[in-house]
Amino acid sequence: MDLFEYQARDMFEKHGVPVLAGKTATTAAEAKAAAEEIGAKSGGVTVVKAQVKTGGRGKAGGVKVAKSADEAEQLAGEILGMDIKGHTVGTVMIAQGAKIAEEYYFSILLDRANRSYLAMSSKEGGMDIEQLAVERPEALAKIEIDPNVGIDDAKAREIATASGFDDDTAAKVVPVLQKLWEVYRDEDATLVEVNPLVKTEDGEIIALDGKVTLDENADFRHEDHEALEDKSATDPLEAKAKEKNLNYVKLDGQVGIIGNGAGLVMSTLDVVAYAGEQYGVKPANFLDIGGGANAQVMADGLDVILNDEQVKSVFVNVFGGITACDEVANGIKGALEILGDEATKPLVVRLDGNNVLEGRRILDELNHPLVTQVDTMDGAAAKAAELAANK
Amino acid sequence: MSIFLNADSKIIVQGMTGGMGSKHTALMLEAGSNIVGGVNARKAGTTAEIGGKELPVFGSVKEAMEATGANVSVAFVPPAFAKDAAIEAIDAEIPLLVVITEGIPVKDTAEFYNYSKGKKTRIIGPNCPGIITPEESLAGITPHTIAGKGPIGLVSKSGTLTYQMMYELRDFGFTTAIGIGGDPVIGTTHIDALEAFEADPDTKAIVMIGEIGGDAEERAAAYIKENVTKPVVGYVAGFTAPEGKTMGHAGAIVSGSSGTAAAKKEALEAAGVKVGKTPSETAELMREIMKGLEQA
Repeated sequence: MDLFEYQARDMFEKHGVPVLAGKTATTAAEAKAAAEEIGAKSGGVTVVKAQVKTGGRGKAGGVKVAKSADEAEQLAGEILGMDIKGHTVGTVMIAQGAKIAEEYYFSILLDRANRSYLAMSSKEGGMDIEQLAVERPEALAKIEIDPNVGIDDAKAREIATASGFDDDTAAKVVPVLQKLWEVYRDEDATLVEVNPLVKTEDGEIIALDGKVTLDENADFRHEDHEALEDKSATDPLEAKAKEKNLNYVKLDGQVGIIGNGAGLVMSTLDVVAYAGEQYGVKPANFLDIGGGANAQVMADGLDVILNDEQVKSVFVNVFGGITACDEVANGIKGALEILGDEATKPLVVRLDGNNVLEGRRILDELNHPLVTQVDTMDGAAAKAAELAANK
Repeated sequence: MSIFLNADSKIIVQGMTGGMGSKHTALMLEAGSNIVGGVNARKAGTTAEIGGKELPVFGSVKEAMEATGANVSVAFVPPAFAKDAAIEAIDAEIPLLVVITEGIPVKDTAEFYNYSKGKKTRIIGPNCPGIITPEESLAGITPHTIAGKGPIGLVSKSGTLTYQMMYELRDFGFTTAIGIGGDPVIGTTHIDALEAFEADPDTKAIVMIGEIGGDAEERAAAYIKENVTKPVVGYVAGFTAPEGKTMGHAGAIVSGSSGTAAAKKEALEAAGVKVGKTPSETAELMREIMKGLEQA
């Protein structure tokens, strides 16, 4: 889960990373009130910052300096509702102004290739770091971090030296890097990025902008993380699926997909997309029912998919491993009973693997007018695409 | 022959007395696995009757190894306890640890994987179906009835795609099929499995299944080009996946142009790997290769 800048700011503050005062607003009036309060600390000057989960806000006009609370109100009015790379601005952060002397870059991220963490640091912050990495790779220090050691004092010094900081700056940056490591470790982050990390004219080091990605697998030990989720951005069907603990992603298409196992479901999307080419139909969603496909899980899944108005047919593709096909068949049977008249779209079912014969027998016996069984994945995909096209 | 697991493997199960653990211990016994016991500190000294067999429960992996000579552990412990279970197994120096558990925080996996470096334990997983050497042994949850012994080696990120591909190629059979898991950090990689299959005289050809996200397939492609002489057929799931969406596995996310199925296919093909667009097409490519090998 990616956090908004203001959420990252609050998280940094909690862990002792130096940040500037900041307050969110969703209306221009709120922005004015926030600017009056925050601006008092910086001679009336504040920065109005669009809160969207994408880069390039500054270039898009989503970050502006206000010299007074009235100006902050006016700017917030302009920025709220703005579209930045497909993200509508619903919230702005009013941040304290700062006199910046130098801008740096720092991040810690999961390094999948090396199965460890990587710290990246540069004296040349503020700009697009991907561009810097390509154009002047020597200006971006990359230091591997052992997950079991982290960024201790020695590692922080190593990073500061590799970044080319002078002794005075290094001494000030080192403790901040260690605090940022604490954010990464203690919050189960997979990315902590500060761009820019600034030195003010007073010589203070401050994290001016932050990007944090959290590992949702670790939610069980972070009760406070659930509140950070941006519910407004979630598709209503995705929200409904999440409530039922279903692994669902809404796509733009006509063939609803239910399968077991992420890889098989992704593969099913591909096969349906190819089969649908000739009819101009595409997969409508990703839905992995995982291991225990009982009647309720199947009913929940079908319920979500059938509520997608775009969906014209549904393809249930299960290879029984942990999941036995008879359980899946009973799941489909139960789901159709639970849904009753609400089930109106044709279902193409392909079962294979564990207890397949019993599973197929249950569906044969059910003899439901909406259910068609096809023995192969390719054949079933073709049938589902055809049914979606003929609807 | 096979890789990592054979009829002589002696298997213990961490979390054997739990729901998942006992269910799959029974299935592993049915597959012919030599399960010699389980580990549960709270039930040490007792026995558990699973699949008609009376299995001893030990207080630790170390005790279990001392008492039974176990050399493989399969872990079914919940995500919150997986790291401790893995570290216990690594400290006991068990040669092979298969972590089935799904949903382990990546920090925990990064910590126990790095802890294992330079030590004696090979880790498979986490979030994987494990490993099967058909007709010999199963350490994991792959249905043993899909396919028998044969000349193909299989390595896959995805569980159910492993099953699907084994099913497609069941007329040939497998030396070993290994599901390495779809998490961002895993113990055994595609490259580790490719290296082992290349060295295994009974493996005549290799199927490699990947999925979108990361660059593991690209790195495997570079490895194949330099080091693998046996024919390799590849499949990558997620050609039609949209950017920026996580598809189930934490690893299966596409960001920008890196990690796309098309990029992976291209890298594999540049290394001489034939890549199918669907599981059935991939199986067809393997069928042609096997025909060629039989005639040669």
